[in-house]
Amino acid sequence: MEIIKTDTHFNFVRLMKPAVILSLAVIVIGIASLIWHGGPNYGIDFAGGSLIQVKFQGEPDADKIRGALKPMGFEGSIIQKFGPQEVIIRTAESGADPKGLTSRIDEALTVAFGKGGYEVRRIEMVGPKVGKDLTKKALLAIVFSWIGILIYVGVRFEFRYALGGIVALVHDVLITITFLSVFDKEFDLNIVAALLTIIGYSINDTIVIFDRIRENSRKNTRMPLLDVINVSVNQTLSRTILTSLTVLMVLIILFIFGGSVIHDFTFALLVGTVAGIYSTVFIASPIVLVFEKIKPSGLKRKK
Amino acid sequence: MFKSIRLRAAVTIVLCLAALVYLAPTLTLDLPDFWKQYLPTDKIHLGLDLQGGMHLVLEVETAKAVESTLERTVGDLKENLMDKRIRFKLRERTKERDTSFEFPDVAARDAFDKLLKSDYPDLEIATSATAEGKGSVTLKINDKRAVEIKKLAVEQSLETIRNRVDQFGITEPEIIPQGIDRIIVQLPGIKDTARAKSLIGRTALLEFKLVDEEHSLDEALKGNIPEGSVVAYESRTDRTSGRRSQNPILLKGKSLMAGDALETAKVQIGDRFGQPHVSIKFNAQGAKDFDRITVENVKKRLAIILDGMVHSAPVIQERISGGQAQITGSFTMEEATDLAIVLRAGALPAPVIILEERTVGPSLGQDSIDKGTWASIIAGILILVFMVVYYRLTGLIADVALAMNMLLLLGIMAAFKATLTLPGIAGIVLTMGMAVDANVLINERIREELRLGKTPRAAIEAGYTKAFLTIFDSNVTTLVAALFLFGFGTGPVKGFAVTLTIGIAVSMFTAIVVTRIIFDHFVWNRKIQKISI
Repeated sequence: MEIIKTDTHFNFVRLMKPAVILSLAVIVIGIASLIWHGGPNYGIDFAGGSLIQVKFQGEPDADKIRGALKPMGFEGSIIQKFGPQEVIIRTAESGADPKGLTSRIDEALTVAFGKGGYEVRRIEMVGPKVGKDLTKKALLAIVFSWIGILIYVGVRFEFRYALGGIVALVHDVLITITFLSVFDKEFDLNIVAALLTIIGYSINDTIVIFDRIRENSRKNTRMPLLDVINVSVNQTLSRTILTSLTVLMVLIILFIFGGSVIHDFTFALLVGTVAGIYSTVFIASPIVLVFEKIKPSGLKRKK
Repeated sequence: MFKSIRLRAAVTIVLCLAALVYLAPTLTLDLPDFWKQYLPTDKIHLGLDLQGGMHLVLEVETAKAVESTLERTVGDLKENLMDKRIRFKLRERTKERDTSFEFPDVAARDAFDKLLKSDYPDLEIATSATAEGKGSVTLKINDKRAVEIKKLAVEQSLETIRNRVDQFGITEPEIIPQGIDRIIVQLPGIKDTARAKSLIGRTALLEFKLVDEEHSLDEALKGNIPEGSVVAYESRTDRTSGRRSQNPILLKGKSLMAGDALETAKVQIGDRFGQPHVSIKFNAQGAKDFDRITVENVKKRLAIILDGMVHSAPVIQERISGGQAQITGSFTMEEATDLAIVLRAGALPAPVIILEERTVGPSLGQDSIDKGTWASIIAGILILVFMVVYYRLTGLIADVALAMNMLLLLGIMAAFKATLTLPGIAGIVLTMGMAVDANVLINERIREELRLGKTPRAAIEAGYTKAFLTIFDSNVTTLVAALFLFGFGTGPVKGFAVTLTIGIAVSMFTAIVVTRIIFDHFVWNRKIQKISI
């Protein structure tokens, strides 16, 4: 079976301008959305606070829960549906006293729903100090992974390839953040893990094409880089599509069957993977060309 | 690379068998006896998010340990000054919690300096001022010693918490230090999390102080606290209504004895109401001290204070020389048990605060396992089918490699006692999607070479050679990202990094080496003329 016929001659480089405009447009939407929402919607991992996941016997009644929590001083808490029978109660409070918070919520729910009427399935509490630490660590991890990749690709290929790869990675992360913000998803540790995975996957994809460009430009030193890139992207196109298909397939399965705990995580991965495939084809390689125009490489090649 | 197909096949088979041996305990419950004796019996270790449990990050307030050391040392110094008849005045500034000494003349100041130098190497003059001929100094613990105290406080806290958790009876707890002043506590399978938290987080500082009966409590409550005394509260539970109340009580400030005088503590049931109380036994020094205290203070009230709260303040009826005492109060059985545990394990040298808590109930953990397993199975089947449909027989070879990849991935996790978490399962599923990439790369290359008119043998040779560098470079860059994920992540996220990293590394082996063995076997031994690709 073949999805992509062997001799495709799409002019990907020509599509670069509209692609860059499209990406910039999406990123602008993302920035607008971030401003609109007043910054990223940080989960308790970064903002600090508490989260309690409760399962009820039937359909949970958010108003009743809110009513039950009110006398306990949780007016400001957010109650979110989480799957058919569950809710997540989130408060900004991070119980400093060891017993306080959870037992108070427990008490409130017992009054309203009876002892067996609900089940506390998950409790997460992050103090403000840890939140700050985690934010710093998350940013560092992402930036350092970029730098690490920049160095590796710079050593194995050429510096302009490394730059092209990194621009594509920054692009993927920004696009993913845009979608997370537009859909008002929470930023937590899992999302950072997803971003790092996207970085890992997208660079994997990009390197395959770079590798082809490297090979083809060595074979035909007289061919202009623009054509080399076009030929290379076309040659690897069937592989790009195939691998993307298998990865997207498993991600969709995880999204549907993986359960609500990793729902947002797989959502981020899905968005990021699509962005990664797109940036590999339309962003990363043309960037190499741009850098070539600014500063031609040492190799003798006719423009 | 080995030339001989047989040798390569043998290495692969040995690896797979080893993986199976490590996986067997996870797959089956009843292992034969000889297995239990000679072969690994550890199951794949599940993270707290899958098996349920509690994860705590504690911070030891080490500054408080330094503070209390300063207080103790200054108290000692004060007595020493009085013994030596050096004149001084003490000004306590409660807000900044430092004490300043005032000296009427130069001689007193000199004597003080001499004493400080000879007997108190840990103390250092923080500020010193002279006004109207009077010298005043404030003291602090010197920096080097303060660092030591802080370090010791964390070590001691770790040990104490470990003791408490051990006595609480939790299987496979994990208590490890993190950074300078943090402690991570992981308690798998714990049900009563509130109880565990109070057991771990409690300072459990036990003190014995005399009740100040010479001064008026009412006056003290109005703010005229007599020098050297403190107001504390006694908590009482009304037996009939179950309501708790707090009664103020005036105590002498000096602590006569502390928790370190204890040898052991245990729960006993009282005769009258069947109420539990905690009976404590002093060690040799403690018994001696207690004997002396009771002799000197017969008919006075001695308060037993735990973490600043008075538990009881009985009247000393007679000299107690047996080295035994009881802490009564209105305890439930659970409270009494926990109190006995913390008293046996000892006090924390400084208070701890809970910075982070993550608790997953066992039912949610099981749900996650079920969902993760299903997602993996469905994803696995889809990919296997897809590869066969797309590449036919060659796809089947890739499928063999993928199955082997999963086997080795799980085997390595079991062998290295890596922790499997829910994001970790997602990592396995993602690995399945990405692992076939190497085979896609190789197969597409072989197709290209065949199109150029090469023979199957040459096409395979060229396909593998050309694809190798691509696979290597692309996977190493992915590993770079995974490495940072591992360094950054805690708990579940780390589990994700683990499966992803192992998965990628193993996929390079299975996709390049294993599939090649099968290809070579058909091309060399069977001499096939056409590749089904």
